[in-house]
Amino acid sequence: MAPKEQPIETRTIAVLVDNEPGVLARVIGLFAGRGYNIASLTVSEVDPEQGLSRITIITSGTAQIIEQIKAQLARLVPVHRVSDLSSEGPHVERELALVKVTGRGNKRVESLRIADIFRAQVVDSSHDHFVFEMTGKSEKLDVFIDLMRPLGLVDVSRTGVVAIARGPKGL
Amino acid sequence: MAPAQMTGSQMLLKALVDQGVDTIFGYPGGAVLPIYDALHQQNALRHILVRHEQAAVHAAEGYARSTGKVGVVLVTSGPGATNAVTGLTDALMDSIPVVCLTGQVPTHLIGNDAFQEADTTGITRPCTKHNYLVKAVEDLPRIVHEAFYVARSGRPGPVVVDLPKDVLQAKGACYLAPGEVKHRTYRPQVKADRTTIEAAVEMIAKAERPLIYFGGGVINSGDKASRLLTRFARDLGIPCTSTLMGLGAFPASDPLFLGMLGMHGTYEANLAMYHCDVMIAVGARFDDRVTGRLDEFAPHSRKIHIDIDPSSINKNVVVDLPIVADVGRALDALLKVWKARGHKLAPKALKAWWKQIEEWRARDCLKYTQSDGPIKPQYAIQRLYELTKDRNAYITTEVGQHQMWAAQFYKFEKPRHWMTSGGLGTMGYGFPSAVGVQIAHPDALVIDIAGEASFLMNIQELSTVAQYGLPVKVFIINNQWMGMVRQWQELLHGKRYSQTYMASLPDFVRLAEAFGAVGLKATRPDEVDDKIMEMIETPKAVIFDCQVEPEENCFPMIPSGAAHYDMLLGPEDKAVKPVSEEGMVLV
Repeated sequence: MAPKEQPIETRTIAVLVDNEPGVLARVIGLFAGRGYNIASLTVSEVDPEQGLSRITIITSGTAQIIEQIKAQLARLVPVHRVSDLSSEGPHVERELALVKVTGRGNKRVESLRIADIFRAQVVDSSHDHFVFEMTGKSEKLDVFIDLMRPLGLVDVSRTGVVAIARGPKGL
Repeated sequence: MAPAQMTGSQMLLKALVDQGVDTIFGYPGGAVLPIYDALHQQNALRHILVRHEQAAVHAAEGYARSTGKVGVVLVTSGPGATNAVTGLTDALMDSIPVVCLTGQVPTHLIGNDAFQEADTTGITRPCTKHNYLVKAVEDLPRIVHEAFYVARSGRPGPVVVDLPKDVLQAKGACYLAPGEVKHRTYRPQVKADRTTIEAAVEMIAKAERPLIYFGGGVINSGDKASRLLTRFARDLGIPCTSTLMGLGAFPASDPLFLGMLGMHGTYEANLAMYHCDVMIAVGARFDDRVTGRLDEFAPHSRKIHIDIDPSSINKNVVVDLPIVADVGRALDALLKVWKARGHKLAPKALKAWWKQIEEWRARDCLKYTQSDGPIKPQYAIQRLYELTKDRNAYITTEVGQHQMWAAQFYKFEKPRHWMTSGGLGTMGYGFPSAVGVQIAHPDALVIDIAGEASFLMNIQELSTVAQYGLPVKVFIINNQWMGMVRQWQELLHGKRYSQTYMASLPDFVRLAEAFGAVGLKATRPDEVDDKIMEMIETPKAVIFDCQVEPEENCFPMIPSGAAHYDMLLGPEDKAVKPVSEEGMVLV
């Protein structure tokens, strides 16, 4: 019944929007209502003077669905620009995680050693715990968190991915 | 000169007048009292009091679709807004420009579960093109003008403006005229790209079996787009088929017209679609009612798709050449380039294509036999057409079998004379829509071709019709069933007629009389003509109870999940093939 099976692709999409009430709900509602995936979504104001916010979405689907997602995003009234970073040349993706690990003795020392290898910062500590701050690609964060699991991992908070195109051109 | 001090309500009404509004369809309530008070003190705007907020939106849709203007609705907060939701969704699906003004509790009470509070912008976000909550009176004029701009530009649609009561009562000297407001982001692409147009011309020039498939976008683009479409098809000699929403954009009497295509489309239209080698889709969106089974949809064709909405491109069907533009502008450019290049379709191939089409047409797929027995619904609508075709009638419909028969048997020569709920399929659309059409065209003959079940869904509007003395005609194809559901139960669910019989129907003649209208009834074929003439000549509202063969089915029919060549042409075709399991899950 469905058109020919196409491979599923993952894409990072940047959306520049008017920072007005409900704009995030519009974007999320679009994805929920039409059954599109959201693997990660971040949003923050990037230009207070112009009142612009930037939303970064990681989504997946067939090429046809991805084109639909971009067209549907672009026709939302408060949307200025939609940019498919994955298909428009090289880009940088980063995510930040705060990772809380509790423990004493060897496990505590081991967690600090691994944090050092991963260049994570200690942003809070007591005799019983550390909070590590780490920035990098999502896969690197995954590995770090996995390594912390047997060492007393109790809490993880991640920002989701932000991304920007390489090179001198802006969105 | 500095603008004068005005209340929010006064600014709102001034903005409406400046936008060219003359009519509002609405229903009052607590949150919109300031607007109704301001309405009472002016004469520029006429308010039509409906009897249910859903009907207000449908009436505004009928008004908009028959005039090309933006329809305007005014309802109160809470239930007023939630009742409007069906109409808003209907307008979204069929791309009808509507601005719906909703009352809201005062800003300091928002979020407190106040009396008649609802999260209107939250509820209507997915069923509007855009919506606004006005939080300060300073924003009000800009937002109202933007709302009209968004509603009518690009692919039209409904826009909600939610108006807290304190904003309506606040004063300010901040009124802006429409010309002072420019939208920050919304700039739909209307002009066609030149190289794409040239590529389309070259593709069409090589066609041997071309077909134009047009939809409601042609009507939304304006009457000029209809004229250009007609000229384009005639100049090239290309057969045309229409979606439900496109009827009237091309004259139905023209031999180039193959009728509507899709689930209840004609044999010739569907087979032409299956066999064409170049398809020119114009302002149509490849709806599932049109395409049937997707992997067997026009499989031998190269496809050109003209649409103003980029998200319509490649949504259901992948096309070879998308043209994102206003339909009228794209057609104008196509015609110019076609002429400049002196192209002509290969006459031999075109002749062979037409010969094939005429063979399909000779199958006469809409034929039926009217005996002395009960009235055939097809006969009733065909007679209605014959007796009203020279009277510039406006036709609305409800949803179901009667709607499909109306689409098949009523021939539209001009755009904006056919109002039907295509995308959402809203039972109860036709009667309030006819109210809106009649308000816009007071002297015109306006007929709602109805089913008895649909008519009952917004029957309260008889009171509106009575209040304004509207001579709306309701032509009920009364088969005492929810006919289309019954048909599916017969063909797909082993004749288990679950909950589709309409027991305890009213006496429609006496019902008409109760509302000061005229009731007519026909039960035999030989009285149909006289009664229709009586209906037309009655200068008042008429409810015509046309009692028809209860178990008549609507053919041709492409069962869900089937391809265009898998049409059932009549009752004798019933047992051709069981519907696939994939087909059964489709609506």
